[in-house]
Amino acid sequence: MSDHSKSSPLPKYFAVWGALLAGTYITYEVSKIDLGVFNAAVALIIATTKALLVALFFMHLKGAGEKLLKLVVISTVFFLFILLVLSMADYGTRAWH
Amino acid sequence: MHDSTVAAGQGAHAHNPALLHHFATEEQQRNSASLGMWIFLATEVMFFGGLFCAYLIYRRWYFGDFAAASKSIDAALGGANTAVLICSSLTVVLAIWAAQTSRRGLLLVMLVLTMLFGTTFLGIKGKEYKDKFDEHHVPGASFSFEHVPIPGHPDQYANPKHAQIFFALYFVMTGLHALHMIIGLGLFAWLLWMSWKGRFTPEYHTPLEIGGLYWHFVDIVWIYLFPLLYLIDRHP
Repeated sequence: MSDHSKSSPLPKYFAVWGALLAGTYITYEVSKIDLGVFNAAVALIIATTKALLVALFFMHLKGAGEKLLKLVVISTVFFLFILLVLSMADYGTRAWH
Repeated sequence: MHDSTVAAGQGAHAHNPALLHHFATEEQQRNSASLGMWIFLATEVMFFGGLFCAYLIYRRWYFGDFAAASKSIDAALGGANTAVLICSSLTVVLAIWAAQTSRRGLLLVMLVLTMLFGTTFLGIKGKEYKDKFDEHHVPGASFSFEHVPIPGHPDQYANPKHAQIFFALYFVMTGLHALHMIIGLGLFAWLLWMSWKGRFTPEYHTPLEIGGLYWHFVDIVWIYLFPLLYLIDRHP
């Protein structure tokens, strides 16, 4: 799991931390601006970027070699995708509501 | 694991007492524990996913009411809590790094800091909940959300019944998240105790890594809860 390289991971950890704080600040400030239909999209893109940073660098998914672990993570995202996208394909398109 | 105190000065190839007999190598043991945790996190993703799905459906149906209700929550408190959780995630990775590099003092400090950040988060959350109780925004008999204009439509009032659905989702989602934080604080209290007793070494600190995975996952849930609940339609 942990990378066994000689170099210290500390600069990477602090850089990710800084990026996460910056992302929080940006999403907070951007929410004050009306972007129309892109309001939610921008907020979710920033949130997903932050989540990826945490998963890749803090949870060490980046560099994880195990195929079984990759399978678990990809399956999780896939089934969450089915849950959200197929549900919204139904409820989101009910013209009679 | 009960007699896992590793004597100092063991050779690199000496048998590590922390290695359980049914694993071939320490790496295999570590990977198994990590894989098990990721499978648990997969179930957690689906668990929270159902709530996010319910939220998305109702938000689409009652967007104006949800926006009005969302505006009544203090986004600055939510933003502060996001920053607090991000800092706690940093102290978690620093704690693991400290264990990997045999820095016991730093390990203890980082675990205590993580718990302090976690407690701060719950304190700010408590302040938010108290405001909601004072404003009668808690779903139930005393719920009141009368004559609140819909953002962008000053002539229209939000439907209190629809706003109540928002607050029900708000309390269930943030409440479940807070419960995860409380469980996490319990885990980290145990990790702190184990670290205090010197149980973790550069060779064996799997409980720290597993606890860290849990903590980061709870952080990720909040990373989505913050924009979805607090920042729906804030612009004037």
